[in-house]
Amino acid sequence: MASAAPVTPDLPPPAATTGAIGWLRRNLFDSPLNSALTLLAIYLLYLLVPPFARWAFIDADWSGSRTQDCSRVGACWVFIHAHLNQFFYGFYPAAQQWRVNAALGLLVALMAPLFVKRFPGKPWLALAIIVGYPVIAFFLLLGGRFGLPYVETSNWGGLSLTLVIAVVGMVAALPLGILLALGRRATHMPVLKALCVVFIEIVRGVPLITVLFMSSVMLPFFLPEGLNFDKLLRALIGVVLFASAYMAEVVRGGLQGVPKGQYEAAAALGLGFWKSTLLVTLPQALKIVIPGIVNTFIGLFKDTSLVLIIGLFDLLGTIQAANSDANWLGYSTEGYVFAACVYWVFCFSMSRYSQRLEKRLQTGHKH
Amino acid sequence: MTNAQPAATTPTEPMVGLAGVHKWYESFHVLKDINLAVAKGERIVICGPSGSGKSTMIRCINRLEAHQQGRIVVDGVELTDDLKNIERIRCEVGMVFQHFNLFPHLTVLENCVLAPIWVRKTPRKEAEESAMKYLERVRIPDQAKKYPGQLSGGQQQRVAIARSLCMRPKVMLFDEPTSALDPEMIKEVLDVMVGLADTGMTMLCVTHEMGFAKTVANRVIFMDKGQIVEENEPEAFFNHPQHQRTKLFLSQILNH
Repeated sequence: MASAAPVTPDLPPPAATTGAIGWLRRNLFDSPLNSALTLLAIYLLYLLVPPFARWAFIDADWSGSRTQDCSRVGACWVFIHAHLNQFFYGFYPAAQQWRVNAALGLLVALMAPLFVKRFPGKPWLALAIIVGYPVIAFFLLLGGRFGLPYVETSNWGGLSLTLVIAVVGMVAALPLGILLALGRRATHMPVLKALCVVFIEIVRGVPLITVLFMSSVMLPFFLPEGLNFDKLLRALIGVVLFASAYMAEVVRGGLQGVPKGQYEAAAALGLGFWKSTLLVTLPQALKIVIPGIVNTFIGLFKDTSLVLIIGLFDLLGTIQAANSDANWLGYSTEGYVFAACVYWVFCFSMSRYSQRLEKRLQTGHKH
Repeated sequence: MTNAQPAATTPTEPMVGLAGVHKWYESFHVLKDINLAVAKGERIVICGPSGSGKSTMIRCINRLEAHQQGRIVVDGVELTDDLKNIERIRCEVGMVFQHFNLFPHLTVLENCVLAPIWVRKTPRKEAEESAMKYLERVRIPDQAKKYPGQLSGGQQQRVAIARSLCMRPKVMLFDEPTSALDPEMIKEVLDVMVGLADTGMTMLCVTHEMGFAKTVANRVIFMDKGQIVEENEPEAFFNHPQHQRTKLFLSQILNH
């Protein structure tokens, strides 16, 4: 019987490099400089965290309904509680607020299956959300049909308005941005390409506030007398155009990152431009730039607060209005902390979702 | 040229015909007066030093590159700027690339059925059955549900061959199909190509695998500086090369 070559058995790593002590030693105290930085960081946390925790939680007043219920030592969350309805619905009539809830609930219900790993109809559901949902939400929120009383857009406000602007912006900016990116790459169609370049560079080169001002103040000058369209609609157009210009460059970066061989393989199989784009190159490009797309979405979400400038009361707008409420003067810190928390929760959720998506779409290809 | 007429190739008309083809990249003259006729069922191996224009030539046959002068006729249809024409020819001409170019976001099976479903309008079930048949032929039916990134280079290239065959092409172009492979994977790909040759497929292969050329090719073509320098049957080509340039090339490639 032939003897096997000697094999070195797998040994466990040395004990000092594992466990909590090993981790601490390796990561926090592995050099004098690192140790000093660790201690400095602990000291800074000691300076900042306890006073904030005392203000926001320990000394804070949570219950009550009037300003007298607040001790003024810690945060007065009663202020937020008293205005919660306004922060969420703006001036949407109380009797109709169920419609806002219904629209939001429908969106959540439609999106929930997207988080289920093995849900089969995902592409179709996504299409339904992108195409069908906005129509339903439009009639539900605006009313004037199907027996629903008409609610003017000037009464819309608060977080629900923020969400309307953000969702419309995202749903419209992505496809528009894709078209602009494809247009900018169309080297064999110089006129189309030039139009896309000019649009992207102009819109991207001015601040959103300017775009909003233009669409809200200047646009009416160019429209014929008597034709006057909705202020919210004008803001939406401004936000969508602005976000789509950014999106176009993100998507173009992705299309640039798809290897030339992919375009050639698709062409060699007889796929025309649109089929090759939709089935082969665009899915890969979008996957590459998920971080960039979500980055743009997060920027867009926070930029919606700029509609305050043209007189729309989004979440931040209603909080500022409450700050100047004569019965509740001096609680603006609480208001802004609340606004920051709400924005953060939404943006962080988007960020987490994008990381999940990236991980799931990873098919193990390196180049 | 009546390019409206479909596919009927008479025995006298070659499957692929290049006549007086010239091509330039900017001012660089890549292809110079290429004349080549490939009959149905014929297997051509094209070799030559890098930069000799051999890849460019076969990429002109399915119009991944456009030629500027001369005529290229494939299966009785002339290649012009007409997009519909180009797409029709690409359905009949399969191509296998050096770097496989599988679609990384689709499984092996999805790679194979994409073009039959969307270009040939084959029903999905039928396309999948036919794809499994071709995956069996390249000996990897068990990998159908995997993604290309999970396969070895040799397996990926065999999938790429199956993907092309799923369109039931009349001509197959191979652009250095084994150059990017580790040595121990070259054979499995060449075996599949030999098997394909046995079915009577018209093949044009750019390759430096001279063993393959000897066993499979009807004709070997040697290109240099954008021109066809020499063409002959493999036996004569390898044993009695006519041109000095061919002799030098063969001595370099066979004696390393």
